[in-house]
Amino acid sequence: MDILYKIFIDPFVQMGGAPDLLVQTLWEGLVGGVLYALIALGFVLIFKASGVFNFAQGIMVVFAALTLVGLHEHGVPAYVALALTIAVMFGLAFTIERLVLRPLVNQPDIILFMATFGMTYFLIGLGELVFGGNPKIMIASELGLPRGAIEIKMLGGFVSLQKIDIAAAIIASIMVTVLAIFFQKTRIGRALRAVADSHKAALSVGISLEQIWVIVWFAAGIVALATGIMWGARSDVSFALEIIALKALPVLILGGFTSIPGAIVGGVIIGVGEKLGEFYWGPLLGSGIESWLAYVIALIFLLFRPQGLFGERIIERI
Amino acid sequence: MFYREAGQFKTSYSADESVFPILQDRIGIAVILGLAFVVIPLTATSFTLSSVLIPVLIFSLAAIGLNLLTGYTGLLSLGTGGFMGVGAYACYKLTSLFPNANIIVLILASGFFSAGIGAVFGLPSLRIKGFYLAVATLASQFFLSWCFVRVPWLVNYNVSNAIEVPTRTMFDIPITGPNATPMTRYLVVLSIVVGMTWLASNLLRGRIGRTWMAVRDMDIAAELIGIRLYRTKLLAFAVSSFYCGVAGAMMVFLWLGAAEADSFNINQSFLILFMVIIGGLGSLIGSFFGAAFIWGLPIVLKMLPEFFGVKIHAATVEHLQFMTLGALIIFFLVVEPHGLARLWQIGKQKLRVWPFPY
Repeated sequence: MDILYKIFIDPFVQMGGAPDLLVQTLWEGLVGGVLYALIALGFVLIFKASGVFNFAQGIMVVFAALTLVGLHEHGVPAYVALALTIAVMFGLAFTIERLVLRPLVNQPDIILFMATFGMTYFLIGLGELVFGGNPKIMIASELGLPRGAIEIKMLGGFVSLQKIDIAAAIIASIMVTVLAIFFQKTRIGRALRAVADSHKAALSVGISLEQIWVIVWFAAGIVALATGIMWGARSDVSFALEIIALKALPVLILGGFTSIPGAIVGGVIIGVGEKLGEFYWGPLLGSGIESWLAYVIALIFLLFRPQGLFGERIIERI
Repeated sequence: MFYREAGQFKTSYSADESVFPILQDRIGIAVILGLAFVVIPLTATSFTLSSVLIPVLIFSLAAIGLNLLTGYTGLLSLGTGGFMGVGAYACYKLTSLFPNANIIVLILASGFFSAGIGAVFGLPSLRIKGFYLAVATLASQFFLSWCFVRVPWLVNYNVSNAIEVPTRTMFDIPITGPNATPMTRYLVVLSIVVGMTWLASNLLRGRIGRTWMAVRDMDIAAELIGIRLYRTKLLAFAVSSFYCGVAGAMMVFLWLGAAEADSFNINQSFLILFMVIIGGLGSLIGSFFGAAFIWGLPIVLKMLPEFFGVKIHAATVEHLQFMTLGALIIFFLVVEPHGLARLWQIGKQKLRVWPFPY
């Protein structure tokens, strides 16, 4: 009985007792969720257009952030460094398309998945070779990102919001909006959706798969850069960031591999669920449960919707 | 070129269905086994034995385990490391509960614990497929890793929070623990791996293996012809985890001698998956090739600069290793997506018809 009380009643009593703390936890979960969602967004873009489960998205985030900081360290002004990093991400997308995707076209999914592992290793080695393995500090203020915190008085207490988190949320929503418009309204966006629907049909109406792949990987690279800046501003830029790719996977299966809104909603659900679980139920099981809690949340959703919340329905034929 | 199989006629069904239908193949496997059991223990240095041959054999077994699941049943799993850990921790608990039992029996028995856990974590496979399932198996990986760190009962409340392998003997020869010689450990590992590979090859040729392959090729069609999906998939998870569990137990007891929870983390799972994919999905011999390749490559890469007398900073060497490993993985996938096993087949076929092209 005691354990049931601790699971089902005690946490809610705590939540009711200190609503400001609850709001604070929710906010932190929300911000964490937005960042997960950004990584998941990169995954979704690539999966939609090329059917590749891109494990390298996490290292692309690190690589983009490292390039930016590394260039700045060598005396390049912040905004020039940003532009150069975008150019580097384009080069990366182009190289990947040429050396990896094109020779492996029409191979089983698992082979392409494996190839992205190869990319991950290559980029880890390259990044460490060029920029060194030490953690670096993100050039947040040079890029004009705000610092400090706002304290809001509410519910009989204080809730403190980091300005950088607010900026992250705003940038994420702008990026999603831009991507949505890009997908819905532009010529290239239409081609992208066509490729996502069917490679063969897209080819037969004269859409160049190679071009689309470069564009999509480039878009994912830009998303990775934005994620890297945001995440790097919260902590350091280091290869430890790579593991956040693993954090984004439950977000993906929750939202569905092919849905951009799914990535956002999934990110928020996972982020908030993880923080609430860690804060209110964590002491019960010992700390560190956030390493697997997200997966369990995602699994529970999956048992009811095997294609994720917003994924396309899986129709199987013989 | 080496041999012709002409003139070898099969006159009975069992001859047609034998594992090695060609006489020369039987001689070949006997020679390989003879080399492995007699010549290598006599000639190899203890460094070669304990840091090349033993790990390659153990990883081959784990790769076979994952291959049964991913290559033969088509269920992508990223939880191998966790299942290996279950085997290792189960074996440790068993040795402390039954100090007088034969250690080899305990190593094999610990596989059953792993099989049980594997079957439980295989349950989502009944409902979800493909990459969704891969991510679901990651849940088991992270949950099990967390258990290894947080449940002190698993390591008998050790202060070090690690498995410390006790000395166990058979026929008064120490097999595990600090006193066991690399040669004894190598022979034990080799015997277990050969035995279990033989078991796996027979399992795959029989009814069970065929139902697995039917499920891999198309699970709805398999269901329609009367294969019970949930049994088949769960059995695949259980058997695969059994193999991984035994490999995990051997890894700690016969190779490392001590292990922490970190030995069974997500990187271990990925490593085994690399071995399976590079070696060849759905091929037993590929598992050996893959394990040898993935384990041997870093060792070779480490030795190369010394060999050529080039002085490079140690950290740089490590980074270059990462880059080369990544590039080689991509290169091999581009050259032959079906893995080293397919290259081996192609090579054999070419030699068979040599000097003619086909």
